[in-house]
Amino acid sequence: MTRPGVKQVWEWLDAVPDPEIPVISLVDLGIIRGVEWQGDTLTVTVTPTYSGCPATSVINLDIETALRAHGIEKLELKRQLSPAWTTDWLSGKGRAALEEYGIAPPTPAGGPTRCPQCKGSNLEKLSQFGSTPCKAQWRCRDCLEPFEYFKCI
Amino acid sequence: MADVDQKALLQFLLRLGDNTLVLGHRVSEWCGHSPVLEEDIALANTALDLIGQTQLWLGLAAEVEGKGGDADSLAFLRDAWDFRCVLLVELPNGDFGQTLMRQFLFDAWQSIMLGRLIKSSDARVAAIAEKASKEVAYHVERSAGTVVGLGDGTPESHDRMQAALDYLYPYVGEMFLSDDTDAAMVAAGIAPDPASLRDEYDALVSRVMDEATLAVPEGAYTHKGGRTGYMHTEHLGHILTSMQWLQRAYPGAEW
Repeated sequence: MTRPGVKQVWEWLDAVPDPEIPVISLVDLGIIRGVEWQGDTLTVTVTPTYSGCPATSVINLDIETALRAHGIEKLELKRQLSPAWTTDWLSGKGRAALEEYGIAPPTPAGGPTRCPQCKGSNLEKLSQFGSTPCKAQWRCRDCLEPFEYFKCI
Repeated sequence: MADVDQKALLQFLLRLGDNTLVLGHRVSEWCGHSPVLEEDIALANTALDLIGQTQLWLGLAAEVEGKGGDADSLAFLRDAWDFRCVLLVELPNGDFGQTLMRQFLFDAWQSIMLGRLIKSSDARVAAIAEKASKEVAYHVERSAGTVVGLGDGTPESHDRMQAALDYLYPYVGEMFLSDDTDAAMVAAGIAPDPASLRDEYDALVSRVMDEATLAVPEGAYTHKGGRTGYMHTEHLGHILTSMQWLQRAYPGAEW
């Protein structure tokens, strides 16, 4: 096969959903730090969100599965710790998709700006931690619905 | 860099990795037993971060050791006398308040230590510290907040938190002891002298304890022997029998 361009590979990766939050892609999440050809080997550099996140190994498997399905034969996945992942790397498309899905996107202020359900701004924190390492639990005092907030780190 | 004593570097990395491993395991013992669901989830998440950091520290330790091992073999196949964690992290959970007091006393130290390690001359150490420090900033915010909430809570919760602090405080000093390993790390620019972190630590702890209406015990006596491996508490062996059981019973088991 002819060697697909790097841009094409990024598009393929943008179609691989996050295993925990399937409405955003791995590219949206900002964890794909590099795609490059080194000779005939495709190198994809990935940074973990949280050091103990159990999704990390699934993410690597999903990347490999997707790229193999597109005919990539020689593939190397590299782990990169520094610079450490930050929620600043979430794409605009990803942020919008999170809110649509019911998860408040991260904000530098350290808490959600509005309820993803009713858009109310009367909010309270229930817990600094949530169902995955990347989320915290909040509640809207207007509609009384609990919701998840994507922690800003 | 090239002339760093690799044995000293290994010791240093085992100390960091064994602290997070043993505390991570301790905290995970709360899974399904916490007073409320949110706290259960919070403790499990904290444990997960600590175990994740362990994979990084012990992974690097295994690389430095150069015997073909990995983070798993170091975690599951060493016996108690080869562990290099401080005694504080081995202590039993006690009640919820005691667990959070231990967590705060450790988080406060770890947050300061990682802040220094970000500037380590060893890029591998710096990268792990950069990653872990983001998680630990979150841990210390929560454990400090909980210590304040329970300390400055009801008379019952206040008394329990004071008792927890009185019990745990004599174990704090070990985190600031220095030996030849530390001197080698300082000389190579890899890590600070632990003793140099004490002032910043004391300031943080006294600020939080003041807010929590708790009294920091007087006296400089400290239990020690964990980070040198001279003598661990009786609790460590019990932790290992539970943590290492599967790999001991079924060597090489994977899933």
